[in-house]
Amino acid sequence: MIEPSAEEYSVENGTQLTPEIAIANLQSPDLSLRYYAAWWLGKFRISQPEVVDALIAALEDEADKTELGGYPLRRNAARSLGKLGNTKAVPALIKCLECSDFYVREAAVQSLEMLRAPTAIPALIKLLDGGVSQAVQVPGRPHLAQPYEAVLEALGAIGATEAISLIQPFLKHPVPRVQCSAARAMYQLTQDTSYGDLLVKMLEAGDLKLRRVVLGDLGAIGYLAAANAIAQSKAENSFKLIALKGLLEHQLPDKFDDVGVADEAIRVMKLMDSLL
Amino acid sequence: MDELIRAVTLAETPAQMLTAVQNLAAAKDAAAIPTLIAVFGYNNPGAAAVAVAGLIELGEIAVPQLLEQIDDYNYGARAYSIRTLAAIADPRAIDVLITVAATDFAPSVRRAAAKGLGNLNWHKLDFPKSQTAINSALDTLLLISQDTDWSIRYAAVVGLQALAKIVDVRQSILTKLQEMLANDNEKAVRARVQLAYTNCGF
Repeated sequence: MIEPSAEEYSVENGTQLTPEIAIANLQSPDLSLRYYAAWWLGKFRISQPEVVDALIAALEDEADKTELGGYPLRRNAARSLGKLGNTKAVPALIKCLECSDFYVREAAVQSLEMLRAPTAIPALIKLLDGGVSQAVQVPGRPHLAQPYEAVLEALGAIGATEAISLIQPFLKHPVPRVQCSAARAMYQLTQDTSYGDLLVKMLEAGDLKLRRVVLGDLGAIGYLAAANAIAQSKAENSFKLIALKGLLEHQLPDKFDDVGVADEAIRVMKLMDSLL
Repeated sequence: MDELIRAVTLAETPAQMLTAVQNLAAAKDAAAIPTLIAVFGYNNPGAAAVAVAGLIELGEIAVPQLLEQIDDYNYGARAYSIRTLAAIADPRAIDVLITVAATDFAPSVRRAAAKGLGNLNWHKLDFPKSQTAINSALDTLLLISQDTDWSIRYAAVVGLQALAKIVDVRQSILTKLQEMLANDNEKAVRARVQLAYTNCGF
């Protein structure tokens, strides 16, 4: 993602908060305290109903506005609502998809993905309006017209098979990262291994930054056939471990106890051990 | 040897560096040790991997310099040093492995140390020194098996699995693994615990 994530705040450097103080701070006259509180509540998964309500209200904030018309508090509120796992936030997040601020739209898409909200599918599809030809850089801004990567990934994760024909053209988008997101979604929606193999190819061809992105994609879709390619790719072990963890988790049943571990899962763990 | 060493210091491209390090490592000469260790800091993963393999092959003779030349300011280089020490498995590395496993800020370094802590050649220490060393390794692994980072806990399980070969500490390890199986919130970590169970024959 283009904007540095709020996750990069160091917890130690921030004000020491409690859930009560953070909730109160969302109404503070000091805008920076509101901004920090909105992030903090998500980071620490403070999921009580009044937090969800307060963050939903913050999605309409008008007080905190940047010179370029961005809404910092809305961005953080949208990000946190995805982490809190309460689907009550879905309608308000869908409304954010029409916000004038690109980063609010991006955060809302990502949170709707995390909430696996099928009711968001039509609004997400709408962000693909105009297809690849409209998916161009906004003049003077470091991003495209819409948060396409996030939209494609969300449609794949939510299982929006009705969007397949709209997603497929993005495999040819000029930006490699957008291509990756399209391949990832196409694999999730069709289980066709050619899309997984496409990602493996990009893992081998891309530069380091792209390799990290592709590792994330392969982990997210749990593409087992990529295990060796992941272990051997030229990237930091931490990124490879996260990708292999994704593969491993796809191999494990939802609730596994001591029934033993399948051979495929063992193969992935052996690769992980070798990367320690 | 001087020429092989000079080739490494004079290499101007990543490809030249890789070839020079390959030639130097192939000489299997103790005089190459400081240069091979220095390669860890050159930000050339291919060359670093060759240097790691070369130093592992040289084995115990490389351990004192590996311990002395750990780069406190470059965590990438430090991870290579720790991985090399872990693979050579000389128990003289135990204090360094314990310190970095517990306190290093870089997860890659901590994971390498955790894996290494389970696998040292304990029999090279005299009794009771070996006993003390094993117990310190166990304590460190038990401590970091509660880390907030799943990858550190995963590495701790790998270390504990290896350490479970030692009869004296098996029971403590079994107890910890059972606890992790019941409580760890990451499926991947619980799966690794189960594999450790099977491998240990618990």
